[in-house]
Amino acid sequence: MSAQSESRFVSAVKDSVAGGLIALALFSLMLGMKAEVASGMGGQLGIEYRWGAVAIAVAIVFFGRLLLNLFVWKSDKPVTGIMSGMMPKASSFSGLGKFAMPVFLVLAVVLPFLLMSYYGASGSRRYLDLAILVTTYVMLGWGLNIVVGLAGLLDLGYVAFYAVGAYSYALLAHYFGLSFWICLPLAGILAALWGIMLGFPVLRLRGDYLAIVTLAFGEIIRVVLLNWYDFTGGPDGISGIPRPSFFGLEFERGDDGFAAFFGLDYSSIHRIIFLYYLILAMALVTNFVTMRLRKLPVGRAWEALREDEIACRSLGINTTNTKLTAFALGAMFGGFAGSFFATRQGFISPESFTFMESAVILAIVVLGGLGSQIGVVIAAVVMIGGFELIREFAEYRMLVFGLLMVGIMVWKPRGLISTRTPSISLSGKAKGISADLVQEGHG
Amino acid sequence: MSASQPLLDVRNVETHYGKIIALRGVDLTVNEGEIVTLIGANGAGKSTLMMTICGSPQASSGSIFYDGEDITRLPTHLIMRKSIAQSPEGRRIFPRMSVLENLIMGAETAGNKDVEESLKKAYDLFPRLKERRNQRGGTLSGGEQQMLAIARALMSKPRLLLLDEPSLGLAPLIVKQIFDAIRDLNRTDGLTVFLVEQNAYHALKLAHRGYVMVNGKITMSGTGKELLARDDVKAAYLEGGGH
Repeated sequence: MSAQSESRFVSAVKDSVAGGLIALALFSLMLGMKAEVASGMGGQLGIEYRWGAVAIAVAIVFFGRLLLNLFVWKSDKPVTGIMSGMMPKASSFSGLGKFAMPVFLVLAVVLPFLLMSYYGASGSRRYLDLAILVTTYVMLGWGLNIVVGLAGLLDLGYVAFYAVGAYSYALLAHYFGLSFWICLPLAGILAALWGIMLGFPVLRLRGDYLAIVTLAFGEIIRVVLLNWYDFTGGPDGISGIPRPSFFGLEFERGDDGFAAFFGLDYSSIHRIIFLYYLILAMALVTNFVTMRLRKLPVGRAWEALREDEIACRSLGINTTNTKLTAFALGAMFGGFAGSFFATRQGFISPESFTFMESAVILAIVVLGGLGSQIGVVIAAVVMIGGFELIREFAEYRMLVFGLLMVGIMVWKPRGLISTRTPSISLSGKAKGISADLVQEGHG
Repeated sequence: MSASQPLLDVRNVETHYGKIIALRGVDLTVNEGEIVTLIGANGAGKSTLMMTICGSPQASSGSIFYDGEDITRLPTHLIMRKSIAQSPEGRRIFPRMSVLENLIMGAETAGNKDVEESLKKAYDLFPRLKERRNQRGGTLSGGEQQMLAIARALMSKPRLLLLDEPSLGLAPLIVKQIFDAIRDLNRTDGLTVFLVEQNAYHALKLAHRGYVMVNGKITMSGTGKELLARDDVKAAYLEGGGH
């Protein structure tokens, strides 16, 4: 036994030394030498040597690999096994789902008051802003969930519809002076139209090919917004976008403002709270519509389309219309969220609609579990909320993001909530079918 | 069995995949109340004919009539709403949806109003599906998946059922069970069945009439018994297959 563990130790060390040597070869060029404009040599290019950094990198690789060898790869009881044991089983969520939904909802509704009583009006602003941001992403995630989670159409350019919504409101307000409440439906309709326009050419595409085209579409919208200077203001963006009113009451100091009308002392926090409830309501509408549609023929057709397109056609489902409605609906909610974004920021520019946004929204949907509404909420809270809380380490954002992705994909490859509740059940109780028990079985 | 006009009438149909010809002028009829089978080797064009009937791919020449109506140029989803149902090759059930949802999908688009009744019939035909109605389709065994595929097709209350290789990859006992169910459907409900099969022995025993396809052409036709008795059919399709 001891001889065996000794040889195991030796092989682990050998493997780690090999890893360390490879790291040395790689990092001595990548980290060890840095081209610098040397100040002493009249602006000539020189090389700065950084062997300390190389040593640190090699040490990390060596010891990291040694630890992994000893405790994971060559160990009888891998640490990762314990970790995956700690990850929640999908089955434990089926009970939780019923219980968690109302709790989340109540928490979301009373959140501003909790924050106000805890941090006071000025202290809670930061957290309310964060809550608005998170809720916006929840809404975007729910919108994208229709396209990716239900209909199974991988869309990497979702941010385009967010941008269309935002610019629709901004431009309509800018050129025609229309108010938020008139523009909101218009923005949704415009985004839905763009969704259909994207949908038509990609009807025959699936998977990777669809992803590439939607990615390009997202970039086209952004580049057009960036370069059509006369109309969109290009990189300068559009500023002075009007704020939404509360049934005609502006959130302003003065006699006809919101505060005066309700006999409150004026405070700037009122508008923030109003914005929070606005996005919360919009997100809940998105959720409600999606949940309803899932139980209707069109929603089931989306899911069937995700499962097997040929089978759908053999059952007489019009796959063209099914795909287009999914694109249009997903885009419409993206457009709503976009016009909310515009009115909240008061200023938009193409920089807010980069591919990174699409990636984050998609990551929320995938990490939460494709097709799971509550999963999207959890993923959005963790990802957006979590990142904002560690803002001081913004440089490491992508690092944490990547690690989180890898971790989830290793331990919960189908997302946090991989249970799917059937859309119909005659016995009355719809029981979730755990994905722990079933992988992609075909017999 | 001689109805005035056949329920399905395929007339001189040619189908191309790009420049490659797959069907070279196929003539075939299925009368109301019949079970007709099409047998042939791999790559003979059996599934292509099945898919051409469904309009994907569409025939490049010739025409297909269903119940007297020309359906050659109709889009697939409209053909499939004309009381024709298909159980596709490879079963193609929806793996992550429950058995019940799979069945509902079959009824919903066809506008079937008596879903409850159709469900009951499906469960009577394949009681195993009732036991598993809340299970995911993907967790069923191969035979159960085939039962589900057929039951799903039947949920639209079709007059004509198209079956593409229902015995594919199944144990002989299950094949027998499924073929018995098809015979029952035909006898009790008068369902017309067009069956594409490689399992020639079982298919010809079941069918009233059969066609043999070689290289995109129908080379023989006759009643199931006639074809079964022919030496050339035996040699080509039944060697060692007569279990």
